[in-house]
Amino acid sequence: MENLNFFLPEIFLSISIFVTLLIGVFIKNSYGIVTKIIYAVIISSILIIGDNFNDNLTLFSNAYTSNSLTNFFKILILISSIFTLAISQNYIKENNINYFEYSLILLLSILGMFVMISSNDLILFYLGLELQSLSLYILASLDRDNLKSNEAGLKYFVLSALASGLLLYGCSLLYGFAGSTNFETINQNIDGKNIGQVVAMVFILVGLAFKVSAVPFHMWTPDVYEGSPSSVTSFFAVVPKIAGIAIFIRFMQIPFQGLVDHWQPILIFISLASMILGAVAAIGQENIKRLIAYSSIGHIGYALAGISTGVIEGYKSTIFYIAIYVIMNLAMFACIFLMKKDGKYCEKISDLSGISKKNPILSICLLIILFSLAGIPPLAGFFAKFYVFMAVIKENMYALAIVGLLSTVVSAFYYLRIIKVIYFDELQLPFDNIKNLSISITLFISCLILVSFFIYPSLLNNIIDVLSIN
Amino acid sequence: MNFPILSLITFLPIIGAFFIFIFSSDKTESKNSIYVSLFTSFVNLFLAIFLWYSFDKSTSEFQFIEQASWINGFIKFKFGIDGISILFIVLTAFITPICIISCINSIKQRLKEFLIAILVLESFMIGVFCSLDLVVFYLFFEAGLIPMFLIIGIWGGPRRVYAAFKFFLYTLLGSVLMLVAIISIYWITGTTDVNEIYQIKIPEEFQYLLWLAFFSSFAVKMPMWPVHTWLPDAHVEAPTAGSVILAAILLKMAGYGFLRFSVGMFPVASDYFVPFVYTLSIIAVIYTSLVALMQEDMKKLIAYSSVAHMGFVTLGIFTFTTQGIEGSIFQMISHGVISAALFLCVGVLYDRVHSRLINSYGGVVNILPKYSMLFAVFMLGALGLPGTSGFVGEILVLLGAFQKNYLVAILASIGIILGAGYMLWLYKRVIFGKLEKKELLDLKDLNYSEFSILFVLAVLTIIFGFYPNLILDTIHVSVEQLINNYQNNLILSTLK
Repeated sequence: MENLNFFLPEIFLSISIFVTLLIGVFIKNSYGIVTKIIYAVIISSILIIGDNFNDNLTLFSNAYTSNSLTNFFKILILISSIFTLAISQNYIKENNINYFEYSLILLLSILGMFVMISSNDLILFYLGLELQSLSLYILASLDRDNLKSNEAGLKYFVLSALASGLLLYGCSLLYGFAGSTNFETINQNIDGKNIGQVVAMVFILVGLAFKVSAVPFHMWTPDVYEGSPSSVTSFFAVVPKIAGIAIFIRFMQIPFQGLVDHWQPILIFISLASMILGAVAAIGQENIKRLIAYSSIGHIGYALAGISTGVIEGYKSTIFYIAIYVIMNLAMFACIFLMKKDGKYCEKISDLSGISKKNPILSICLLIILFSLAGIPPLAGFFAKFYVFMAVIKENMYALAIVGLLSTVVSAFYYLRIIKVIYFDELQLPFDNIKNLSISITLFISCLILVSFFIYPSLLNNIIDVLSIN
Repeated sequence: MNFPILSLITFLPIIGAFFIFIFSSDKTESKNSIYVSLFTSFVNLFLAIFLWYSFDKSTSEFQFIEQASWINGFIKFKFGIDGISILFIVLTAFITPICIISCINSIKQRLKEFLIAILVLESFMIGVFCSLDLVVFYLFFEAGLIPMFLIIGIWGGPRRVYAAFKFFLYTLLGSVLMLVAIISIYWITGTTDVNEIYQIKIPEEFQYLLWLAFFSSFAVKMPMWPVHTWLPDAHVEAPTAGSVILAAILLKMAGYGFLRFSVGMFPVASDYFVPFVYTLSIIAVIYTSLVALMQEDMKKLIAYSSVAHMGFVTLGIFTFTTQGIEGSIFQMISHGVISAALFLCVGVLYDRVHSRLINSYGGVVNILPKYSMLFAVFMLGALGLPGTSGFVGEILVLLGAFQKNYLVAILASIGIILGAGYMLWLYKRVIFGKLEKKELLDLKDLNYSEFSILFVLAVLTIIFGFYPNLILDTIHVSVEQLINNYQNNLILSTLK
């Protein structure tokens, strides 16, 4: 029973969800109060996790594990959830999607991610994954009266269900070969000599790649990003990606450790394809949310490049990458929530035209974020790429490194295009002057991190170095 | 000396830019920001001159070394200078205030942002010349793209967007390969500290590919034929101050990179690729001179002449003789002064007439005598008249080249003749002749600030021409060391 301490975050989250649900149901117009409670819940969860951060242990006959790696990801998820919630409050209220279920479902998906990250067993993993995904389907179609939002939710649901089906099939196949659903037992019992084991692994990889929207399983991403309300998109672009990368690392590290020769070429292909597609397909986009969708596909490609090395340095560089990616995307969405003309939120890149004359602070923030996304030094995005390619080149994967870096040049083009629209084009209509403390704070903190990161890049590295990846 | 003077010189402009960004309100915007930027850049110039003064010319060791653990202890943030880099730092610190003074009158919109961009750029450029670690070098080398992209794109001419994108993407494309090479060097030698790599010596079999990767970056930046095409576009579209910085300093980063990294770290590969570099340099010298002859746009003409002059620089570096390398460094410094001045001269006319086409001028000497006089000095400097700094650089490079290869030296000499051709013809068409264009009649001669800038540059051109030891003294020991290192490595590799 003492060990339940380590399951406390999940218990706490579930109880809070039920309690807040009751509050939400019994109080009218309860969005405000529910959201406030949920802030409190998230912050307390961070504290609870932080309390046992470094303890390494497994629970429920090895089905559940808690160590510094999972705790790091959980804290990252919680922190980015707070920020995505905080920056989107205005948007949520003004677009009349301020149902109390909104934040509640958000919390439910976080619970799903927690279970998924910590799972050490295929069944628990699948439970967590589905809890997360189901919550995300609802979130995507939350704007009930909007056709596009409905379409996004439905599309996401159908495609994701297919991916889950494949994943589940892979799991059952794996169980057949390994005789167990436990990750460690699977690792001991499979050796890759039987082709069936490889097939099982490929099915699971497909499911995982779908969840992080890596090519060729990315098709849903642009539509869902564009169709969902921006507040939900900001969540989609950040939080599930963290969880997806976390479970990717856990899978490659434990059950598939022995199959490294089999999954490495697959991951290299997925990574290369994502980088190239993310770079090329984004060029023609006019909608900024679609553009971010493609850019996030590209970024996932870089993150997966780190995993595809199959060594600890590679995993670390991926964790590093995803942390920086989260900061950049949060900042980007903070800017998107400031893009408002005549009381209406706009999403076209051409809407940004010439705004540097009237909104200098917003423009300079966008400048920093976009150059950082493009990976130009001395901004933080460069260091993220640098670490990944450090690991990749150490393993002598030169082709991956060179193609990856060349696709950063291509992707630099479309980031530059936005900067061109902001700074070089003529002003059409300035944005409304929005004063929102949480957006300003988010933007300020993230841009400060992006700019000043080069002064002491080891800070994040020191944290990642002590995580238990083995 | 424990005082971190290099970091101070590097980061002072950024601090100045930060002050401009924070403290100048909209009303007093331009005045305050002009004062702050002038103050910062002049303080930086004095610091740089002080650095030059206190620099020990008798040793080839790196001086004023500063280091701090940076990326998790395995990459150090290391600054330090030797005889080669000190002059580029002084050049950068010298050109920046000139740019700031020149842009006060000519930049009409968003002056504050322009000054911030110039100061930030200055920081990055000085950082390039100070850094003794490959990653730090790469960081500053690439970072310079951001402000330059904005300078061309925001304040440039009609085709500015095209030019800015071309500049950025060309340079980035060259540089990413260098990043791959830098990371592989780390895994080969276990360090990215330049000085340690000099000691460890990179194994021969790796040198060739690494050299090519570095070359791809420097050749674009230099620029060498055939990857020079971004330069005329960037020069023509950039505002005057942008062209000045581009020609005077940004191009020098590549020459510096060749000396410090290509020759220093990959001597065997450098030797192997000599014919390749010679060929490209000769094509650059002759072909771009011919192209320059046919230009109708003054800025484009000077841009092509820059490519030709840079051809001399690469030629000189890869002779691996004392004269050749010292000549290249001298040529870079002298080109930094002269091309800056030439672009400022074009800027003077452009501010008044708003045309850069040669045939919209003629007979300017009748109305702008002071201007024509100063322009003559720079024109003669650019074509290498004895007594100007241009002559010293070219003659030293040719001296070096004659020791190695007669054919190359003779072909390069043809370039000098062509250089005289296009510069004199340009001068004749713009300055001499009858004053026929009506819009030229009411031009005013140089104002006080324009005159003082050009005068200082002209004095420098002539001083360097008559007393080249001012520069050669500083670089001599370091160049000798570079050549010794190169020869020792070659002997070692043949012994194997």
